[in-house]
Amino acid sequence: MRNVMEIEHLSTYFYTREGAVKAVNDISFRIREGETVCIVGESGSGKSVTALSVMGLIEEPAGKIVEGQIHFDGKQLLNLSKQELRTIRGNDIAMIFQEPMSSLNPVIPIGKQIMEPLKTHQGLNKKEAKRRAIELIELVGISRPEQIAESYPHQLSGGMLQRVMIAMAISCEPKLLIADEPTTALDVTIQAQILDMLDRIKQKANMSMLLITHDLGVVAEIADYVIVMYSGKIVEEGEVVELFDNPKHPYTQGLLRSKPIIGDRQDELYSIPGQVPNPLDLKESCYFHDRCEHCLPICKTKLPQLKGMEGRQRVACWLYEEGTHHD
Amino acid sequence: MASISGGAVELKRSQAVPVRSSLWRQAMLRLRKNKLAMSGLGFIIFMFLICFIGPLFSPYADGKIDTANMYSAPSWEHWLGTDLLGRDMMTRLLQAGRISLTVGFASMCISVLIGSILGAIAGYYRGIVDQVIMRVADLLLTIPSLPILFILGALLSEWKVPTEYRMYIVMLMLSFVGWPGLARLVRSQMLSVREREFMQAATVLGLDDRRKLFHHMLPNIIPLLIVVATLNIGGSILYESVLSFFGLGVMPPTPTWGNMIDSANNLIDFEQHPWLWIPPGAAIFTTVIAINIFGDGLRDVLDPKQKK
Repeated sequence: MRNVMEIEHLSTYFYTREGAVKAVNDISFRIREGETVCIVGESGSGKSVTALSVMGLIEEPAGKIVEGQIHFDGKQLLNLSKQELRTIRGNDIAMIFQEPMSSLNPVIPIGKQIMEPLKTHQGLNKKEAKRRAIELIELVGISRPEQIAESYPHQLSGGMLQRVMIAMAISCEPKLLIADEPTTALDVTIQAQILDMLDRIKQKANMSMLLITHDLGVVAEIADYVIVMYSGKIVEEGEVVELFDNPKHPYTQGLLRSKPIIGDRQDELYSIPGQVPNPLDLKESCYFHDRCEHCLPICKTKLPQLKGMEGRQRVACWLYEEGTHHD
Repeated sequence: MASISGGAVELKRSQAVPVRSSLWRQAMLRLRKNKLAMSGLGFIIFMFLICFIGPLFSPYADGKIDTANMYSAPSWEHWLGTDLLGRDMMTRLLQAGRISLTVGFASMCISVLIGSILGAIAGYYRGIVDQVIMRVADLLLTIPSLPILFILGALLSEWKVPTEYRMYIVMLMLSFVGWPGLARLVRSQMLSVREREFMQAATVLGLDDRRKLFHHMLPNIIPLLIVVATLNIGGSILYESVLSFFGLGVMPPTPTWGNMIDSANNLIDFEQHPWLWIPPGAAIFTTVIAINIFGDGLRDVLDPKQKK
């Protein structure tokens, strides 16, 4: 299968008064055509920053992509001019945000907002764009599309607004759809509907999707390939079945254990002890070592690199390096 | 298409979506309940109508000098009396109103146009563009408006600008002192709007700067702009009156409310012929009050954050 996007050695730092925060620290991965890649990790693990870096939304001088390459469709995104980037955004790569309520302009009717990318990228005139906007609203499962097109964001519910956001994102039939926690702000009943719809639209249009989430339930439901991030690093990645059946990294194991199991009454939900390390002083060690149950002496002095396992699975952990012994 | 919608459609059907109750319509409904603001608006409309239509029915609209009728007191023939050249004061008052109101509105429009475009550009692009625009605006704001206007007015007289053009130049002068305040306001609003999340969403959609600025950001500040623009008209009318009163604005024989008061600029006229100065004074007073009351009402409706 062809790769839609290849990210190589991407590092994005933010500069604060106390020093540089390595929000994304030398990560590489690829997204294949028609594939759904999920990035999982807790808050501050760098998953959103990865998405923002891809979209070119890191605002200098506060943050900067210090290293790396992002190949998309034969182009190197980080080298493009503002103008060239603009023709890709919304057209070839689209993005959905976490908060649909604040991602839509409160003073402009919804139909008009959907028409904007159509007019910009596809050169449709007002009438064509309007017709297409109404089709799109219908496509994302909203009834009475003509009326919805005339209404303002505050008149719709969060779930409907997220549908509208999706309609906008897919309006120009992008090759890659980036969804940054698209269901986090919605209530649980709506979450499943939205995910379901995203998945169906994705398959129909043969889009690839980069889904960012902290919800392992979402991952299990929709992902083909999973990337687990911790402190700006990829600690483990692999196809969803491999990774869920046989998690290698102690962090992934911990994450999967801390997921509640329906129908199984537990006195206390498992949680990984300790906290994410302070991003300002990351030592030359495995960033997870002080929370890890299997910590070895080498974990405290050297950062493990990603290493290939069976299939597409890769893990960055000393436990699986030759020469270090298993516990 | 139907397969994708699935069960979601049924779920949404129960949620009532108000049929096209736009933000504007709601604002207008609220405005209609504000009696004071509505009476202000009513008076402004009334003033416009009689100033622009009234003189059409006056037999004295040509402004002919009538030496037999100098300084005559109000009567059935001359409702507000006549001036020192025997011209009908009522007709002149209304003709003056045309000029004063036109100057007020036109200069507001020009300053809103300049102020909002420059302010929007400054707030959106930041950096050097912002610095240049805002420092020029600051410079103009450090000098009180009246002295600038006096100097400009004096220059007009010095350069002997023909009377018929003076009205237009006065409009430009008033916009010249009016835009910096507006630009500041628009810029500050733009700074806050540009950080809102939907602007990032607009960037992600690949919209160009022009679309982002004028289709996404400006609509967010239009309510505020309308309020400020309305209040600005009152100010412009006052400034025009002051300038004309001092003989630096629109010159006689073209009447404006300001230069009509100026014609009673001596003790004898002031004491003996009050019809020369009371009507134009009252016209300025009531019009500006009406505009300000209406502007305050608009502010309450459109800009709820400013409400006490």
